[in-house]
Amino acid sequence: MNAPEFRNGGSSSRKLKLVWMQSGGCGGCTLSLLGAEGPDLITSFAAAGIEVLWHPSLSELSGRDASNLLSRLRSGQEPFDIFCLEGSVMRGPGGTGRFHLMSGSDEPVMAWIEAIARRARYVVAVGSCAAYGGITAAGDNHVEACGLAYDGKQAGGLLGGDFRSGSGLPVINIAGCPIHPAWLIEALHLIGSGRFGPSDLDEWERPLAYTTHLVHHGCSRNEFYEFKASAEKLCDRGCMMENLGCKGTQARADCNIRAWNGSGSCIEGGYPCINCTAPGFEEPGHTFTITPKISGIPIGLPTDMPKAWFVALAALSKAATPSRLRDNATAEQLKAPPSNRPKKQS
Amino acid sequence: MTRIIVGPFNRVEGDLEVKLDISGNAVRQAFVVSTLYRGFERILKGKAPADALVYAPRICGICSVSQSVAAAKALAAAGGIATPENGVLAINTIHATENIADHLTHFYLFFMPDFARAVYARDPWYETVAERFTAIKGTAAGDMLSARAQFMHIMGILAGKWPHTLSIQPGGTTRSVAPNEIARMSAILMGFRRFLERSLFGDALERVIALESRDALDAWAEERRPESSDFRLFLHVSRALELDALGRAGDRFMSYGAYARDGQHLFAPGVWHEDRVAPVNLDDVSEDSSHAWYERPGVAEHPFSGTTVADASRTDAYSWCKAPRLRGAVVEVGALARQVVAGHPLIRDLVRSGGGNVHSRVVARVLEIALVTVAMEGWVRQIIPGETFCSHGELPRSCSGAGLTEAARGSLGHWLKVSKGEIENYQIIAPTTWNFSPRDAAGNPGALEQALVGAPIRPGESEPVSVQHIVRSFDPCLVCTVH
Repeated sequence: MNAPEFRNGGSSSRKLKLVWMQSGGCGGCTLSLLGAEGPDLITSFAAAGIEVLWHPSLSELSGRDASNLLSRLRSGQEPFDIFCLEGSVMRGPGGTGRFHLMSGSDEPVMAWIEAIARRARYVVAVGSCAAYGGITAAGDNHVEACGLAYDGKQAGGLLGGDFRSGSGLPVINIAGCPIHPAWLIEALHLIGSGRFGPSDLDEWERPLAYTTHLVHHGCSRNEFYEFKASAEKLCDRGCMMENLGCKGTQARADCNIRAWNGSGSCIEGGYPCINCTAPGFEEPGHTFTITPKISGIPIGLPTDMPKAWFVALAALSKAATPSRLRDNATAEQLKAPPSNRPKKQS
Repeated sequence: MTRIIVGPFNRVEGDLEVKLDISGNAVRQAFVVSTLYRGFERILKGKAPADALVYAPRICGICSVSQSVAAAKALAAAGGIATPENGVLAINTIHATENIADHLTHFYLFFMPDFARAVYARDPWYETVAERFTAIKGTAAGDMLSARAQFMHIMGILAGKWPHTLSIQPGGTTRSVAPNEIARMSAILMGFRRFLERSLFGDALERVIALESRDALDAWAEERRPESSDFRLFLHVSRALELDALGRAGDRFMSYGAYARDGQHLFAPGVWHEDRVAPVNLDDVSEDSSHAWYERPGVAEHPFSGTTVADASRTDAYSWCKAPRLRGAVVEVGALARQVVAGHPLIRDLVRSGGGNVHSRVVARVLEIALVTVAMEGWVRQIIPGETFCSHGELPRSCSGAGLTEAARGSLGHWLKVSKGEIENYQIIAPTTWNFSPRDAAGNPGALEQALVGAPIRPGESEPVSVQHIVRSFDPCLVCTVH
């Protein structure tokens, strides 16, 4: 690591100024972020040493005052530190960017995004849309949506795959659809305290803080997985990998370790993981809730698992499945709880 | 006449620009511009019908569950799938959680901070409002966000997460709950009720719900000092600024009906016009693109056969929002529409005396927080553990269905056609598509365009604060609009 700010372990007293823009997305990452707790979002920003210069949902400045501010940021007249983009970059139609014009101007938003991003010390893509294109890039992507430094799985996007912000870091991709509030808040906090460096990112430039985990880690259906006791339809209690398209054993995120909305996760909600932190998740090539298979074997195998071993272990574990798990796996309501040995009768 | 352009318009969900023609000290004409196009209706074409439940909620991060509910209902209608009682209760509870959270977000983060603007610095109530509601720095945001986050724990239990759940299915929900989880939800609702009664209302929810007239509301507001609760503070400011004289549109209100159960709605559907409620006939719904950047200009289409082909080159168009009409008429949707149609006496009285305006829209929204919270307490108690939450059914290879519901900000409809097992056509008309519609083929302006006419301009104002209040009083969601 060369830039001194990565080595600076102590927090600085200067507040980092954050600017947030939205483009081709649903606003859901901001809405998820509003659910931050322990502490609330406003306190979390303060704790991270962040001063919100402008955020479309939070700031008072509107209209000309807001566009004047954005112009000053763009020209370099007003220095700032962190640029967050939420939503895809809209390049269509035909590369003109006219599918999203900046309100109050006739200029495409993508031009503003690029100019402001190039002034920032840190650039943060908030959500899979801003990172890779995401849902807006689904279908034939006739709107030409892309991410800040990716076009799907292809490095590039709006800023180019070799883009580095003022700090020397690439675009930090807080991928997810939506983000978990803590994924972003923790990254901002580490940036604010000068503790965030290139080694904190994975191969898709997502913070390792949440992508060292698989969604499978901490999944409450793990026992069903171990014995290949599979759900056959949505609402069943069994493992959703074999039939219902669940990608939890491949998806990189800590969703079943770090609760959503107090206690939840997709799988806790009774539906499969769709791998929303991965580039290209929006077009899986199959119905989201149906597992594609070749001669009965799921195409997508657990991460780092050789196919032969998977097949062998699956056959073995299926043969060993306790009846409790077999019965519960295809039931909506618990049929049999775990039981210890019967008490001795006196 | 001078033309001013207001944008970027923040503290609304999504991207908005408003063009105003001004003469003297008032707005004479307004043009409402949705500046973003994303193309969900085209994305959905050719997909498996079940995939709509993944894509549709992602149309919007603030109305995500409403989009799920509309998609699930469209699929259920297409497949003739019924929902068991527990599924109905769970979906209503999930949907109510989103709608109430949206009302809170709107009131505390989007709407009230405008009264902390410097333009009001000399008003006697300013300091109290500024301390509580200044954007980001006010004391209210932190209070509300903490209460809202705790309240959203209901989503963690019933829906896995929010936004973008997949737990809502055509036949119910994927998540059954155990008795202890019902107990947890009841406790969450009690905590939320305390926040509402202490901070928002400064009174019992039942007393607010029982207010029956404009006079009763005024008397209630006078009972305690304005700073004793956030709603009283709003009522005080609203009276001082005469917000009831601001932002009147055509006063034709529509609701598809909210929180259905056993064929009944908690808030009944209908169209209110000139003191009369008529049923909504869905055959009367059409959308035209005469002033929107899509092909086939001027031809009004029923959503079952609607098309969405972008054409950014049209110079006779000015928005990505189509113009939906009900039998050719402009309608207003939202909490005010829902409550006037459903017949809440306070809201009927407010509409009879002053129509839809900034004041009545906000009162209806805040009242609905109380109404729906009380309803939720009942639904959670009525869930029967051990009974099913979901029925399962196959969709025919070719079928069609409409899914109608009420998002926080108004009527949402999905129209689905399936052929050979794939989605052949999918059309969405969102609440803000109704409210922020551009002109139609006959040149009639949309609801907000009407509401802005006559908006007063203070001396020296380049961007009238009255316009800010009027626009935000609709609680617009542009990301839904520009699906």
